[in-house]
Amino acid sequence: MLTASQRLQAFANPTRFMALSGRLVAPLGVLTAAVMAVGLYFALFASPPDYQQGETVRIMYIHVPSAWLSLFVYSVMAVASGVALVFRHPIADVCAKAAAPIGAAFTFLALVTGSLWGEPMWGTWWVWDARLTSVLILFFIYLGYMALRATIDDPHAATRPAAVLALVGFVNVPIIHYSVNWWNTLHQPASVFRIDGPTVASSMLVPLMTLAVGFTLFFVVMLLVRMRAEVLRRRVRAMSLRRAEG
Amino acid sequence: MGRAIAALIARDLRLAVRAGGGGGMAVFFFLITVSVVAVGVGPNLSLLAQIAPGILWVALLLSSLLTLERLFQADLEDGTLDLLAMGPLPLEAIAAAKAFSHWLTTGLPLLVAAPLLGLLLNLPVNVFPPLILSMAIGTPALSFLGAIGAALTVGVRRGGLLASLLVVPFYVPVLIFGVGAADEAISGAPPGVMLQALSLLGAVTLASLVIGPVAAAAGLRAALK
Repeated sequence: MLTASQRLQAFANPTRFMALSGRLVAPLGVLTAAVMAVGLYFALFASPPDYQQGETVRIMYIHVPSAWLSLFVYSVMAVASGVALVFRHPIADVCAKAAAPIGAAFTFLALVTGSLWGEPMWGTWWVWDARLTSVLILFFIYLGYMALRATIDDPHAATRPAAVLALVGFVNVPIIHYSVNWWNTLHQPASVFRIDGPTVASSMLVPLMTLAVGFTLFFVVMLLVRMRAEVLRRRVRAMSLRRAEG
Repeated sequence: MGRAIAALIARDLRLAVRAGGGGGMAVFFFLITVSVVAVGVGPNLSLLAQIAPGILWVALLLSSLLTLERLFQADLEDGTLDLLAMGPLPLEAIAAAKAFSHWLTTGLPLLVAAPLLGLLLNLPVNVFPPLILSMAIGTPALSFLGAIGAALTVGVRRGGLLASLLVVPFYVPVLIFGVGAADEAISGAPPGVMLQALSLLGAVTLASLVIGPVAAAAGLRAALK
């Protein structure tokens, strides 16, 4: 009988990971495309415009899943970093590294779509609202993590500093979110920017949840593809170093 | 162990005093930044009085970033850090001692200089006590959180800039609660609200006193291998 940790270690073996992920990528990609197509059809054609927001409500179907994933990806990164730090599983490190740019992209998408929605709704591209500010800072944390990764050439040497940074960020994100909330309610009444629209109707909940599932699947596929590329990149690096040594 | 920590702190202080460059430069940078912002914003005294706490806090934050690079890098380059790591102290205690001496040589001088700069910015008299109090409570957090960034980038080329980029997002709560306490005094809010900001700031500092040394030690361990 294998214990749970032994089973986990079996997947930490890069060769097994490559074999398993190679079989998974194509079917998951097809599934992602199908769910996204259905979700987008509902979001763009089959759902009614909002009675307050009009057609701009459709931005929300992209915005909300992106914002959700920006936090979800960071959690994945933090868990992977913790595993990399404690158990030294190489695949966990690869996972954290591969997830960071995807998370940064979702955070950026959430900021941009929010800004595009804010212009017609609030009359301004940007407000220093609590949520916007904390998402912006989350984006900075992603960029800092990627910058740290980029400056250390040896991927194995980068594992621990990057993991420590991701974990410190994970502790800090709630603190930052809370402090920004406090700051914002101090300076401007939150009621101005709170949209007290109707509670979400089912005609809007369907595309929203479908797209949330689609975005998550998309993240998983992208993560697998990027992890495979990173494993291959490390193999190439190890091989060329060995050849250089003669 | 207590003696070893005291010896390490005393060594860092002696280095700061005799080798120069650390705290003095930070204070000079603080002065220059505040002056440049005042020149950029314009000589409108009532406007300056209103934004003075924010300017002072931001300038303080930037000045303390300036000296982060030196926190561990010199010791790693000349081998001191290897000797320290082999000594009786755990790396966590070393990181804490070095962060504390960073506060003594950077945070404390900046704190002393702040009232003078407040005068330049036409800061109202009644705002001085809460602002200085918030800086006294908040500046240790800048040193201890900064130690994380300094430790993570210790072996990296041009690590100073990278350390600043990594650390600034974590400084946001300190900045918010620090400026918040002074802003409450400006807007004439009851002291209770101000105390709330100060105690939240204290909570952030206490958390950083724990997280900082542990994370910095993990970063140093990676660099020493």
